Amino acid sequence: MKKARAVAIVAFAQSPAVRREWARDDVELLLPVIQAALGQAGLRKEEVGFTASGSSDFVTGLPFSFVLALDAVGASPPIEETHVEMDGAWALYEAWVRLSLGDVDTALVYAFGRSSLGEPRDVLGMQLDPYYVAPLAPDAISLAALQARALLDSGRATERSLAEVTARSRRNAKANPNAQLSGDFLPEALLDAPYLVAPLRRHDCPPISDGAVAVVLAAGEKARAATARPAWIRGIDHRIESHGLGMRDLTRSPSTALAAANAGVSQGSVDVAEVHAPFSHQELILREALGLDGAVDLNPSGGALAANPLMSAGLIRIGEAARRVMDGTARRAVAHATSGPCLQQNLVCVLEATP
Amino acid sequence: MRPCAVIGVGQSRHASRRDDVSLAGLVREAVDRALADAALTLEDIDAVVLGKAPDMFEGVMMPELYLADCLGAGNKPLLRVHTAGSVGGSTAIMAVNLVRAGLHSRVLAVAFEKQSESEAMWALSPKYPFQPPLLAGAGGYFAPLVRAYIRRSGAPQDVGIRVAVKDRKHALLNPYAHLHLPDISTEAVASSAMLWDPLRYLETCPSSDGACAMVLTSEDAARHAPGPVAWVRATAMRSEPTLFAGRDQVNPQAGRDCAAALYKLAGITSPRREIDVAELYVPFSWFEPMWLENLGFAEPNEGWRMTAEGATALGGALPVNPSGGVLSTNPIGASGMLRFAEAALQVRGLAGEHQVDGAKVALGHAYGGGSQFFSMWIVARQQL
Repeated sequence: MKKARAVAIVAFAQSPAVRREWARDDVELLLPVIQAALGQAGLRKEEVGFTASGSSDFVTGLPFSFVLALDAVGASPPIEETHVEMDGAWALYEAWVRLSLGDVDTALVYAFGRSSLGEPRDVLGMQLDPYYVAPLAPDAISLAALQARALLDSGRATERSLAEVTARSRRNAKANPNAQLSGDFLPEALLDAPYLVAPLRRHDCPPISDGAVAVVLAAGEKARAATARPAWIRGIDHRIESHGLGMRDLTRSPSTALAAANAGVSQGSVDVAEVHAPFSHQELILREALGLDGAVDLNPSGGALAANPLMSAGLIRIGEAARRVMDGTARRAVAHATSGPCLQQNLVCVLEATP
Repeated sequence: MRPCAVIGVGQSRHASRRDDVSLAGLVREAVDRALADAALTLEDIDAVVLGKAPDMFEGVMMPELYLADCLGAGNKPLLRVHTAGSVGGSTAIMAVNLVRAGLHSRVLAVAFEKQSESEAMWALSPKYPFQPPLLAGAGGYFAPLVRAYIRRSGAPQDVGIRVAVKDRKHALLNPYAHLHLPDISTEAVASSAMLWDPLRYLETCPSSDGACAMVLTSEDAARHAPGPVAWVRATAMRSEPTLFAGRDQVNPQAGRDCAAALYKLAGITSPRREIDVAELYVPFSWFEPMWLENLGFAEPNEGWRMTAEGATALGGALPVNPSGGVLSTNPIGASGMLRFAEAALQVRGLAGEHQVDGAKVALGHAYGGGSQFFSMWIVARQQL
């Protein structure tokens, strides 16, 4: 990747993930999160140079669901703003590209997902090839189970190693007030649970979550003015693979490995990694693709197994990683986001304490 | 900021129903033409940006995932943009930014809609929780704004009819246009059914299946292009909320601000004098005079005079929508990119029978939502 202008994450806020947000609409869900992020950065909304958001109409069950959400920004007078129908992690990428141009110094990125309005495992099935695959109605958990079975058959994971991922995620989530699922679980006890879709048990799958997230980016001196310790984006890249599940080795994630190489993950030791793995076995695939060793503090937030608001969980990973650089817990952090069935599309971001 | 140029443009054949192609087939039709125009193959492309309007039009969630294979996007970055009706323009601007930031030298921008796979009237009439139901489609939303414009400007009642006749005549010169109505006339438009007063059936855009693609490149790659290129002089985007007290939906501030930012970046001080041709997003006839004012081609309440005097027809002082525009072809997600692409074709001198003689500077314009999302670009034969 070519050398770009120094851009950093300077603020991050999220709503507590909940099973069902009954009382507040999307604007009411987003408003406090956006205000908190701007407040952390010491920015008034009029000072934001670029705004980008991520969400999905299918998740909300409405066309143009991002349109009314703009009310949470209060875009009067008019602003420079855009939207990706993707996880907010890709909105952050778009904002990073925009700041790289040099004429705008700050950006607000937000995302929201009200997963409870539908059945996510069925809704996500609508992502599939509409002619040859979607009519067969495979749901997202069944597809993930196929991937998990392939990984177990490869001999690189066991059902116990899957349970260990969940146990650690929920243990880590105890320190995360925004997590939905947390607690102490022994892998042995988890293995006593029945299969949901073999070889996956319910705890190998993400909870259904409603939530919202906002991140503020700033370039150069603006970043230093916003916070004492910006989380500088040292590299960011995203890659996609074939959609056809039979066209790829489901036990590997070459698009993650390629994005990681382009983002420069291996060009230094990694203190913390926030990896977007909605299913326990996917963390094992991603850890390998990212080249993360056992010394890395993996998903200290609990990850997507502890809270998974659709279209927001990837941006939350970036925010969580950035937060640890900003608070001094980490010097160098890696964040990852995924999209599509069985890890089809992946984004990797490297954050450092020095630009 | 590095220079960026359009070196390839492609669009599909547009029709009410393209039963002969899948979504992937429709998209590839446009992509293959754009690549042929640029003398490149999918292997030469570094990144892809895809835009379309709501996923519910085709019932496929995030269709860029399924389309990744047909776009040759394997192991490449693929971004999906959605900014309502302005999305085709926003998609092109995202692709421009990737080039201008120096991240990629050859980017493919693609936009599409296969409206026959849904009922747009239904998909455009959502019942939002906590909001009053509208259930009137786009025409029901925009007709009151047109009535407000007519009352405010004192425009004669036939201005909309003139726009409709003009754009449909222009479409007869564009082989890719969806509607080819050889018998179009003032009488035919005036006697067509009133859908949303004052908008008649023939003053309304069709529902189209179609796609558009462009190859955008760095300066170095543009120098190797086989044909003439269109340099991107400036891009701009602006958004404002749908509803707030005091919002002028007839002449939205977001559109005015967007145009002002665009002209400043492009070094344009008198748009009417310095821009040779404009492709404007006019889905209902009366939006031509409304946008002429919003874009600074005419003073407030005076835009209809340009239409009435014939200034906006081919051969006039400022031809608007020589391609036939959205009134003749409306695959919603692609409609904005078609405006941008047609502007590029004009300054490249490749617009065929609807070419504006000597066009050097062109405006591409798109809007979406409740007249609240705007994206625009200026392309030119010469670099600034």
